Amino acid sequence: MASNQTEPKGHAIIERSTTLLFVLTLFVILIGGLVEIVPLFKVQETVRPVPGMRRYTPLEQIGRNVYTREGCYTCHSQQIRPFRDEVERYGHYSVAAESMYDHPFLWGSKRTGPDLARVGAKYSNAWHVAHMIDPRSVVPVSIMPAYAFLMNKPVDPEQFGAHMEALRKVGVPYTQEMVDRAADDIRAQASGEDADAMLERYPKAKLGDFDGQPDRLTEMDALIAYLQVLGTLAELPPIDTKVEARP
Amino acid sequence: MTAVALAAQRPVHRRQAIPDYNEEIVRRFTVATVVWALFGFSAGVVVAAQLAFPNLNVGEFFTFGRLRPVHTSGVILAFGGNALMATSLYVVQRTCQVGLWGGARLANFLFWGYQAFLVIAFAGYVMGVTQSREYAEPEWYADIWLTIVWVTYLAIFVGTIARRREPHIYVANWFFLAFIITVAVLHIVNNLAMPVSIAGSKSYSQFSGVQDALIQWWYGHNMVGFFLTAGFIGIMYYFVPKQAERPIYSYRLSIVHFWALIFLYIWAGPHHLHYTSLPDWAQTLGMAFSIMLWMPSWGGMINGIMTLSGAWGKLRTDPILRFLVVAVAFYGMATFEGPMMALKSVNSLSHYTDWTVGHVHSGALGWVAFMTFGALYYMVPRLWKRPLWSVRLVEWHFWIASIAIVLYITAMWVAGIAQGLMWRAYDTFGFLQYTFADSVAMLHPYYVIRLVGGMLYLAGGALMAFNFYMTVRQPAGARARSVQPVAAE
Repeated sequence: MASNQTEPKGHAIIERSTTLLFVLTLFVILIGGLVEIVPLFKVQETVRPVPGMRRYTPLEQIGRNVYTREGCYTCHSQQIRPFRDEVERYGHYSVAAESMYDHPFLWGSKRTGPDLARVGAKYSNAWHVAHMIDPRSVVPVSIMPAYAFLMNKPVDPEQFGAHMEALRKVGVPYTQEMVDRAADDIRAQASGEDADAMLERYPKAKLGDFDGQPDRLTEMDALIAYLQVLGTLAELPPIDTKVEARP
Repeated sequence: MTAVALAAQRPVHRRQAIPDYNEEIVRRFTVATVVWALFGFSAGVVVAAQLAFPNLNVGEFFTFGRLRPVHTSGVILAFGGNALMATSLYVVQRTCQVGLWGGARLANFLFWGYQAFLVIAFAGYVMGVTQSREYAEPEWYADIWLTIVWVTYLAIFVGTIARRREPHIYVANWFFLAFIITVAVLHIVNNLAMPVSIAGSKSYSQFSGVQDALIQWWYGHNMVGFFLTAGFIGIMYYFVPKQAERPIYSYRLSIVHFWALIFLYIWAGPHHLHYTSLPDWAQTLGMAFSIMLWMPSWGGMINGIMTLSGAWGKLRTDPILRFLVVAVAFYGMATFEGPMMALKSVNSLSHYTDWTVGHVHSGALGWVAFMTFGALYYMVPRLWKRPLWSVRLVEWHFWIASIAIVLYITAMWVAGIAQGLMWRAYDTFGFLQYTFADSVAMLHPYYVIRLVGGMLYLAGGALMAFNFYMTVRQPAGARARSVQPVAAE
């Protein structure tokens, strides 16, 4: 490589050295990410605590996994922006603490369908079931796929403890009791029976048969349990949209 | 005269026999690029049809939610990834005057390893195996496999550069190198996750909420920035000057825009999270750097387009050069639109709408795919040592694809802006004027136009595949069926 007689100068030094080009490139591409990402783990105000937030119940987390699996996030956001129209349409804008137990986050990037961050408790379980089985039976112009098959997909309560162990390893503070009682808690939430201990562990959990099939525990139960809790936990002050100007 | 001058500058050892290039691996990646192009475009047509006609969502495995990542990964990772590997391995050998480091066996491992990753990923998507991270949907086991494959790619590429027989590392290779290094970093960090069990597919992200969102969009935006930009600029820096038979416009500009581009791009991720619960300081940084990014982006565009100085007339007769140059023009357009949409005030309207989808596609259809088409049309006759079967068919491909893009982008602009305006519209009594469902109903005609655009684009890709098939089928040393434009001058 010493074929040129003149000493390389300036940028030629870099572009004649594989090592230098490699190291400098790596250095340059790391800076921005480090400056933006590291403080998010260090700065306390990034996630301000909000009263009412709790871990997902095992049934809700199963429903969340169904939501992920079916790619619901490809068409539904879960992030309300602080604009008058969004607050009036969907409710209080989203705050960071509301997704602190979300592994992964499901904020979405597209609203082919409406935002779901606060869809919980807005519709009845029966509406959700009808909507999932045939979306156009309740919203004629809907372009959502039908998810009738969820009615026939059984949920095995015994298998979920391992999931909660994995979630605990990535930082969700599930207690050992919560992990051990996962199967009981799933049955209790989906039936509404013997749910006192479960409610103590997971306050404000919605109880009862979600999918209209009391004799079966299905993924439809889980998905609707998840949808019904979205946005209902955080206790946020009301916003007077009449005075708050749009940014 | 320049050729003579260049030859005189060459050191003696360069006059030795032609180095032992591994062209077989480039041919394989080229074939894979064409096959995955048809696959990815077809998946796009299917999901576009599902949005226009929801009854096309069938059963459990054939819904938009599961097929959307088949389309995005099919185009980005499969079509784009194979195009990048084909071109980068073609370019690095020629510009370093040396065969690939690691020999044929390692190169074959890269090829089959990458195709295996893709097949594993797509099979998973249809079965509902996804991390939900956009453009990083494959689960942990596929991610580990891709890490091995990608490090192999890095080793082959760097190893080849390290034993080059040229004193300088050619500018295209800077961009390819930056792309390979950065994608490795992005991939590893964004996919940190805890598997539930070694026997199952499900994992949970190492990060949650705000942090998870920023890490994902740091990844997501820089997949655009490095996979779909830096890598394809590498393609530009070799194939545009080659096809135009002109040197790069400005060496100095290439230095400045290379370092500026790779430094600035990394910061731009938070513009995907404007007005979310991501802290304001991060959003502001993302916006500011996105605007700054306009400059190096246009630096690259200017360097590519101005390379045609003195050769503009070739655009009239050479459809291959036209693909390459129109690609650069689309790059300029998309990199103007991008910073504009990263402005918080514009983003408040455009975000969550189909405008974003249109923007992505002006980059993907106009820049990434046109650049690939140009490079493929350049490489195939040289790799198979046969003239292109039909240049007229290239003309047809160019015009069909161009019309397709116009239909696609304009439909999505109108749809997206209308969506954004309807969501924020108030009536005279101070109530929201439209329900969300109203905005969905409004979209139908635009979704149909977009579908037509996508089908045309697929048809163009099919013409290209047919042209290549006929090219390769010709006997070795066949003469051109229709006159090559360069020869016509």
